[in-house]
Amino acid sequence: MKHTISLLVENRFGAFDRVATMFSGKGFNISSISIGETEINEISRMTIVVSGEDQVMEQIEKQLNRLIDTIKVVDLTKTERCERELALITVNYKPGTLEEVKNVCDIFRGTIVDICNKSLTMEVTGPPAKIDAIVNVLMPYGIKEMARSGTVAIRRGEQVKQAKKEYVQ
Amino acid sequence: MSPAKKKLSGADIFFECLKRENVEYIFGYPGGATLKIYEKLFEIDFLTHILAKHEQGATHMAEGYARATGKVGVVLATSGPGATNTVTGIANAYMDSSPLVVFTGQVPANLIGNDAFQEADIVGITRPITKHNFLVREVCELAVTIRKAFYLAQTGRPGPVVVDLPKNMIASECEFEYPEKVDIRGYKPTVDGHPNQIKKAADIISKAKRPLLYVGGGVIMSNAAEELRAFASRNNLPVTMTLQGLGSIPTNGKQSLGMLGMHGMYWANQAVNNCDVLVALGARFDDRVTGKLDTFATNAYKIHVDIDPSSIDKNVVVDLPIVGSVKNIIADLDKAMKDKPDTDAWWKQIEVWKAECPLNYANGSETLRAGYVIERISEKTNGHAVIVPDVGQHQMWIAQLYNVVHPRSHISSGGLGTMGFSVPAAIGAAFAIKDRPIVSISGDGGFQMNIQELSTAVAHKLPVKFIVINNAFLGMVRQWQELFHAEKYSFTDLSALNPNFVKVAEAFGLPSFSVDKAENVDKVLDEAFAINDKPVFIEFKVSREDMVFPMVPAGASISDMMIERLNPKRMV
Repeated sequence: MKHTISLLVENRFGAFDRVATMFSGKGFNISSISIGETEINEISRMTIVVSGEDQVMEQIEKQLNRLIDTIKVVDLTKTERCERELALITVNYKPGTLEEVKNVCDIFRGTIVDICNKSLTMEVTGPPAKIDAIVNVLMPYGIKEMARSGTVAIRRGEQVKQAKKEYVQ
Repeated sequence: MSPAKKKLSGADIFFECLKRENVEYIFGYPGGATLKIYEKLFEIDFLTHILAKHEQGATHMAEGYARATGKVGVVLATSGPGATNTVTGIANAYMDSSPLVVFTGQVPANLIGNDAFQEADIVGITRPITKHNFLVREVCELAVTIRKAFYLAQTGRPGPVVVDLPKNMIASECEFEYPEKVDIRGYKPTVDGHPNQIKKAADIISKAKRPLLYVGGGVIMSNAAEELRAFASRNNLPVTMTLQGLGSIPTNGKQSLGMLGMHGMYWANQAVNNCDVLVALGARFDDRVTGKLDTFATNAYKIHVDIDPSSIDKNVVVDLPIVGSVKNIIADLDKAMKDKPDTDAWWKQIEVWKAECPLNYANGSETLRAGYVIERISEKTNGHAVIVPDVGQHQMWIAQLYNVVHPRSHISSGGLGTMGFSVPAAIGAAFAIKDRPIVSISGDGGFQMNIQELSTAVAHKLPVKFIVINNAFLGMVRQWQELFHAEKYSFTDLSALNPNFVKVAEAFGLPSFSVDKAENVDKVLDEAFAINDKPVFIEFKVSREDMVFPMVPAGASISDMMIERLNPKRMV
């Protein structure tokens, strides 16, 4: 089963490398990982999507916690959450198919951000399953290139305030 | 306005910090990137720098010192090759959870990443084998980083910490202030066990019919031997020890079943697989202990006490975890015990197993047997020595036959299994322990891996007994070749390669002995152990194709032991 883990780490040189080294050293597989700043300057958030049985997930959480730079580990799969991914997809079109491709983009509430003679680039945001869906629909037109951000996720509602108290002094 | 504080150089700050951490010894080797520190060291008198002959030796020495004392072992190596030479020693300390702080020189910060002379990314290299590591870019961060390094190394589950020091940082200046407190928000080890969990555990142990304590290195490193001994004897509980747990209680003591696992005692392994409550104390269910996992203590209610939450449920899923310091938790458990369990019938069963399959290394055969030598050393020292095995057959014979009486007195490379560990680790221990004999025992293979450090022992007149059990084979590998690899003795016969060990040791300046007959063992041991103003060397030429038994073949159940050679023709 896929799990989405949210990890707060000290925003320090090498913090990402420690996480990556732990995963490769222990033989755990990462499906996606995304890193960015948080509302607090010296803290970064990593959102990691991994799959594994319960015992493996327990080890992953413990091993992440064991890293000195780790401030908080939450398996968001256990909570109410918002999950989003962003994709930039460059897809081929021909004079006859431009309208179709634009329609697909609209249906998925994407935005066309670039266009040239034979291809256009669209930006789509949504839960990872939605990105998978649009990729499937666009496949027959010929996807030239694609970049996916990996999942970012955050807890919903009241849980957030409580969680934050635990690490902000 | 108060006057500005005096500025100190990075090198000054370095030593001010070590002074505040009460460092007595640094094990090191100078080089280009650490010249500034060595320049300052020349004037320092509150600590002693021990010049090793190789940085690996320095690192093992620091670990030997750390494990004999419980203090942090400190290493100082230069950049590049100096730093990479410490890697095996760091990995060894990581696997055995020994507290080390390893300082490495680094090229000037502006050259990092430039493939500069003697540059190596030691922070990157050591990331998976350290508890944590640091690259100190600004001299203002030096003091707080060193403070954190020592704190991390010795608290929680101990481990090695690397601090990388760029040359220019060491030369630059700032005001010095040593932080009194360390606050790392991502690092708050749990020390006290959860009271309800402890109460529940005490309840279950009280009611057990066949309880067993399975104790590991955590008991030694948290200084819990005293608590363990009291707890075990008050409740008449059998105790089996891992390799790292030896010394928790005397191996030959009343409560002891000796070591368990691959080369453990037959009765200890039977007890594990037949107990109804297994209490793991500071042990981590290593594969050398558990054998085949799905047959390991299947009927037992498992209680696991460990300071590292990630050790729990890692290899074996347990019924009752208690996270915290083993020392505190054993004491609390002892207090929480309402009734003693009735273990008389259980002890009788253990006695039956003991009689079924006693340890037997075929004493009295014509050739000198390694087991006999170990037994004589155990006898001669009354088990009071600090014994430092290397890795291989002799290490297992020591674990089986040497009666380790005190904690911190059996210093063995367990997790990593590093050949070449014994000689330097014994030297490190000898700097700390002056009132008991220090005995380094190696095989003829491992002895040659850090043989250069003999001169360090000579230089400091350390009365270490360096012993080589010489069978002119890489004996443990040979044993596996005989048992599991179609008797293809591929590259394990050293008879044509070994030097004359006595001559080598003499060249280093050690009084040296060689023994090849059982009747001479006692005489030579007496003679060698009487020399206490310098190191001595003794070689025992032993039966060449001896094997360590009993043995659990890799991947088999631990109660399914090979007791002796299958092919009697090959008996030595």
